[in-house]
Amino acid sequence: MLSDRKTLHVWLLMLPLLCVMIAVIGWPLIDTIRLSFTNTRLVGSEGEFVGLHNFTKMLSSRNFQRAFSTTMQFTLISVTLEIVIGVLVGMLLNQKFYGRTILRGMLILPWALPTVVNATLWRLIYNPEYGAFNAALLKLGIIDQYQSWLGQPQTAMMALILADLWKNFPLVALIALAALQSVPNDIRAAAISDGANAFRRFRYVILPYLVGPLMVAVVLRTIEAFKVFDIIWIMTRGGPANSTRTLSILVYQEAFAFQRAGSGASLALIITLAITVLAVIYIRIMRSWAGGTN
Amino acid sequence: MRSKITAVSLAATALTFMVSGAALAETQLNALFMAQAAYSEDDIRAMTTEFEKANPDVKINLEFVPYEGLHDKTVLSQGAGGGYDVVLYDVIWPAEYAQNSVLVDVSDKITDEMKSGILPGAWTTVSYDGKYYGMPWILDTKYLFYNKEMLKKAGIEKAPTTWAELKADAQKIKDAGIVEYPIAWSWAQAEAAICDYTTLVSAYGGDFIKDGKPAFAEGGALDALDYMVDSYKSGLTNPNSKEFLEEDVRNVFQNGDAAFALNWTYMYNLANDPKESKVGGNVGVVAAPGVEGISEESAVNGSMGLGITSTSEHPDEAWDYIVYMTSQKVQNDYARLSLPIWASSYTDPAVTEGQEELIAAAEKGLAAMYPRPLTPHYQEMSLALQQGIQEALLDMSSPKDALEAAAENSGLE
Repeated sequence: MLSDRKTLHVWLLMLPLLCVMIAVIGWPLIDTIRLSFTNTRLVGSEGEFVGLHNFTKMLSSRNFQRAFSTTMQFTLISVTLEIVIGVLVGMLLNQKFYGRTILRGMLILPWALPTVVNATLWRLIYNPEYGAFNAALLKLGIIDQYQSWLGQPQTAMMALILADLWKNFPLVALIALAALQSVPNDIRAAAISDGANAFRRFRYVILPYLVGPLMVAVVLRTIEAFKVFDIIWIMTRGGPANSTRTLSILVYQEAFAFQRAGSGASLALIITLAITVLAVIYIRIMRSWAGGTN
Repeated sequence: MRSKITAVSLAATALTFMVSGAALAETQLNALFMAQAAYSEDDIRAMTTEFEKANPDVKINLEFVPYEGLHDKTVLSQGAGGGYDVVLYDVIWPAEYAQNSVLVDVSDKITDEMKSGILPGAWTTVSYDGKYYGMPWILDTKYLFYNKEMLKKAGIEKAPTTWAELKADAQKIKDAGIVEYPIAWSWAQAEAAICDYTTLVSAYGGDFIKDGKPAFAEGGALDALDYMVDSYKSGLTNPNSKEFLEEDVRNVFQNGDAAFALNWTYMYNLANDPKESKVGGNVGVVAAPGVEGISEESAVNGSMGLGITSTSEHPDEAWDYIVYMTSQKVQNDYARLSLPIWASSYTDPAVTEGQEELIAAAEKGLAAMYPRPLTPHYQEMSLALQQGIQEALLDMSSPKDALEAAAENSGLE
């Protein structure tokens, strides 16, 4: 009886949030699904039902396939680098040294910066005429003349990944730092007195504490990276020669620039599906890991 | 005492109603402009303030976005039920806007005085299918700017009149070691690249569309891309051009790092201003060159118009504002960054004084303005072409293959 009342209470308290979620997420999602089976245009008359045409057209188009591989490339490289660098920085900031608190505070700055500001800053840094990146590399003797980093397909993607990395590794570092602080000191001390070297201490003592929180970071960052739009839109607009056009940019162009709301919606759903698959894989891995340690 | 309080509160209530009544009588208009090239944001704010002074019951909220956001912002706000009363739009959008009822047809509001006074080329900016969808406001094309001092140093006496001559002059300047990359263009993956390309297409007598089908993979339109690729590969063009927009071109040119640049009207007075520019006083301007036996000069129609959105609740006030902004007086007063649409302004000393060279270039350039194709699929075609141009520049495919691929992706077939 009491538990019934408790359930009712919980639902009552959740009700306002549920209403808002249905209004701002549920309805647009259902409408997107409906749109994806029509040839509706963004402005003008309502379209007709076209079945799976939008989906087959999108999946078989070269633009989609290219954007998909670009998105995967961006996601894989940037998330891997963010995790590696984030963990290393987290470990560094877990050491005791003078000025540690200030450094920990400063770490959050790039992450707290709006992406638009970050992207604009990096555009200036990469500027082929007066950018700081060129100046630094030239002074160091790595390049012999200023380069157009965002103007070459080979370097544009790496330049974007570096800008994204700079903004997002702090999140991973903070999560890693919090996890590292939960490693009991006596286990560390025991490992040292048992003669375990640095790598083995990391692998068998520290890593088990890190894996869970890091998985959360990986899931969050993968989903975010897969949806990437703003940083690329500002820095290259998908260029040069569409070499940095990701799926989100393709959706934007399809739905808003070309005004094909129907096929834009189908593309958005394909992305949602891909992200869901990724999320499910991660959750499975996390569960199996949790089961393994238990 | 009590009655005094009552009286005071009654008066206060009455006053509140009066004030809110006055506020209700005031019409609020939302207008969307761009913060890039042509009239500066400061100019547009100043013009608008003058209009508000003359029309105290109308208040105008101005919003500025980069050119790249102008089309999408307009269409999106329309899709979401409106928001803007007056929008600035590019010459390439009326077909699409008309088909999707984004703008109001104002054909019956255009007076005879407007029809006879405004340059015929300007009207192409706002008309589609025999109807007018607003008033032309910015009359613009790409001009060839040159650094007089650099040309003199290289022993070149006059600005080039053909693209072949431009190439030869640029080679001389490069060989003399005056500047490493003599020519700067805006070839970033954006509409800016299409404007430069169209200028060359007009010089080579090419076509974008023939009989409703893309025709840019052959003839003059192919020659135009060949010229761009040749200029890029021969080191005469600044290789960073492929990530430049107009403002980057202006920066390079006014920093003294280019001898030639293709850009809009607004660059003339800014690059000639010693406070803004290292090459102030040395900037020359002519109509973009032609091709021997085909054209005397070349030009792209880069004009823009002001229109009323179909969702506006105050179309009359919006029209008053547009008429004011496009009036000859306002345009003459602010003719430093954008030239007027009115024919007689070009002989008015108030407009021509101090910028005689620009006016002379405009007389030729504006007469040669070549349109980008009027098609509801413009955005898609443009994006496909931008990709094609960049692929050819980056040597990812030959100009012919790149343009053929663009034709396939253009949404026109």
